[in-house]
Amino acid sequence: MTTSSLGAPPRNVISKILDKVGGGLVQAVLVLIGLFWLVPTLGLFVVSLRQETANNSTGWWTAFTKPAEWTIKNYADLLATGFTASFWNTVLITVPTTLLVIGIASMAAYAFAWMEFPGRDALFLVVIGLLVVPIQIALIPIAKLYGSIGIFGSIAGVVLFHVAFGLPFAIFLLRNFFAGIPRSLLEAARMDGAGEWKIFSTVVFPLAKPAVASLGIFQFLWVWNDLLVALVFANTENQPMTKALQSQMRQFGTNVDILAPGAFLSLIIPLILFFAFQRYFVQGMMAGSVK
Amino acid sequence: MTDRLDGPPAPPPVSQAVPEAAPEKAPEPAPVKAGSLGPPARLAIWFLLPGVLLLGAMVIYPIIYSIFRSFYDSNGNTFVGVENYATIFNDSSTLTTIRNNLIWVAVAPALVTAVGLVFAVLTERIRWATAFKLIVFMPMAVSLMASGVIFRLVYEQAPDRGVANAIITSVTDVFGSSDGYPDARPRENDRSPVAGQQGAVVTKQPAGPGKAVLLPLVGVKPETLASAATAKAPQPGPGELAGTVWVDFTQGGGGAVNQVDPTEKGLTGVTVEAVQNGAVKATATTEADGTFRLTGLAPGDYLVRLPESNFHAAFNGIAWLGPALITPAIIGAFIWVWAGFSMVLIAAGLSAIPRDALEAARIDGATEWQVFRKITIPLLAPVLLVVFVTMIINTLKVFDLVFVIAPGSVQPQANVIALEMWRVSFGGGGNQGLGSALSIFLLILVLPFMIINIRRFRRDNQ
Repeated sequence: MTTSSLGAPPRNVISKILDKVGGGLVQAVLVLIGLFWLVPTLGLFVVSLRQETANNSTGWWTAFTKPAEWTIKNYADLLATGFTASFWNTVLITVPTTLLVIGIASMAAYAFAWMEFPGRDALFLVVIGLLVVPIQIALIPIAKLYGSIGIFGSIAGVVLFHVAFGLPFAIFLLRNFFAGIPRSLLEAARMDGAGEWKIFSTVVFPLAKPAVASLGIFQFLWVWNDLLVALVFANTENQPMTKALQSQMRQFGTNVDILAPGAFLSLIIPLILFFAFQRYFVQGMMAGSVK
Repeated sequence: MTDRLDGPPAPPPVSQAVPEAAPEKAPEPAPVKAGSLGPPARLAIWFLLPGVLLLGAMVIYPIIYSIFRSFYDSNGNTFVGVENYATIFNDSSTLTTIRNNLIWVAVAPALVTAVGLVFAVLTERIRWATAFKLIVFMPMAVSLMASGVIFRLVYEQAPDRGVANAIITSVTDVFGSSDGYPDARPRENDRSPVAGQQGAVVTKQPAGPGKAVLLPLVGVKPETLASAATAKAPQPGPGELAGTVWVDFTQGGGGAVNQVDPTEKGLTGVTVEAVQNGAVKATATTEADGTFRLTGLAPGDYLVRLPESNFHAAFNGIAWLGPALITPAIIGAFIWVWAGFSMVLIAAGLSAIPRDALEAARIDGATEWQVFRKITIPLLAPVLLVVFVTMIINTLKVFDLVFVIAPGSVQPQANVIALEMWRVSFGGGGNQGLGSALSIFLLILVLPFMIINIRRFRRDNQ
């Protein structure tokens, strides 16, 4: 759980073997692997900027020598299909979900970390157990429930579902972080006569900013990228980008010109967030998996 | 986990919105240990309430509901006992999903862990390791939907459109023959100067340096010849065995058999061998006009042979998205997505290994490989296990990638439990009884990992 995971770690055994094999070879192999990881996304980008007829006849890599094939028409066509609305739906689903998960989970995590109540440990074990529950289990019952209270198909329904299934991980992550806050800080606040809510909101929560940031970015990406929940609970009017793209998928091959720019637009914001906050992203991931 | 002591009970706050207003009984000085914060137990309810309500209503209740629902028929009116579960294990389409999930679990987690280990080790001392890790890690931020679209493009079958087949084609082109002429063959009559021989084409009469040979072929499709140059008759230089490989067929009629006629086309890129007593003495490749020159031959008699490789069907791309390869192809995309996760966790584990343990082993005379096998790997074992287990859980729940990458026509062959659950309950199947049974089945499959998580947590917090 170090933060230096993306930095250069100190040398060890294997690196000495590699010295003997030859660092140059290793670098060459890594460049090749790096290309392997980059080229597919690059291909998507190029396809999204190429004329339909060109995409249907030749590979995207030939486009670099044929500037005449480049066009932004695909993006214009995509926006004409109402894709902008699904972009805003994605935002309207993702942002409230992230905020709600952070709020609800940090309160619960505070109780688990710093309050004493009967059954606390048992309840926390339940939360840990819920970490791996597949969301499939709730699709049918919640669809019924939403139908009876009239929020099936709405954005609120999608948000609520995401919040519920985001909570176990969020509570787990934050509780572990909260528990690491020095007891003396809380005691000092308590001596000053601060109430539980005040300790939580002015001492613990601000101290937990790194953990909250990790959780936030994680939760954001998870919901932004979700397909299944949207597929079941969002109607056409409220569908996020993933579902809008999926509905274009049926006729794949004839409309890659819509799919490619759509897929590319859907991943711009996650990529920006990822590169801006990758440190928190990695931390969250590590805290969540090295249990 | 730090132990905390019970504090004195305090009256519950009037409302959560104004918790500061809640009377705060001064905590008694802690009699033992580090001291108690002593928050009142009933106050905890207000902190827990929103989360517990949501988890109860939207996670716990659905589990219970699904258990009951799985014993009822498709519209939920008739109790059918375990019939839905029986269907899972009898119906050929659900059995396919179970088989596919087994393949996934058997292959993907091990591969992802191994790839992550290799990457983590390789990048240990590279200066631009951070850049490399960012690139490999990037797919984690991208939706599986977008990754699916990306890989639909990668796996397009036509080698001039899908990048996977384009790479394979260019590699096979380097190592093998280029586009062949699968249908080309000698004319089947006694007057033809060449004859077929075990897939190759060989001249009937031997020739030596300074001579010219003719290798007329027929059966090449006109579209193959659209851009071919006109064939020329061979003109051997001194010491050369020259010849022409061409299509001995004049379009529109006319032309003499076994003669290079003015409009007839040469075959380019054909490999030609001069053979003496079964040994190849010289090779050449035909020019655009079908001519070739075999040089450096000692005087003597040679047979001219066009080896079998000229007549292989041109490589037409692997059907990645066909029924046979679809699951391996999707697993490939899965590795692309998750390798970064595995690499970053393992790299963190690597950097946490104490140097002294390794040094001690080295001083005792262990080779580097032994150190890696006997010390590094065992010390990494907990991290490797975490990655492996996380990947098993992920592969059991895999949905998006299969849904997006597999074309509709091969989805039955690529199907997995999580996808089948959606299909039977929402994607047109309309059988929520079977859907519930499938979701319970999925839950049972992840149950061991739930128990592992709980056990590990209890052990770590003892």
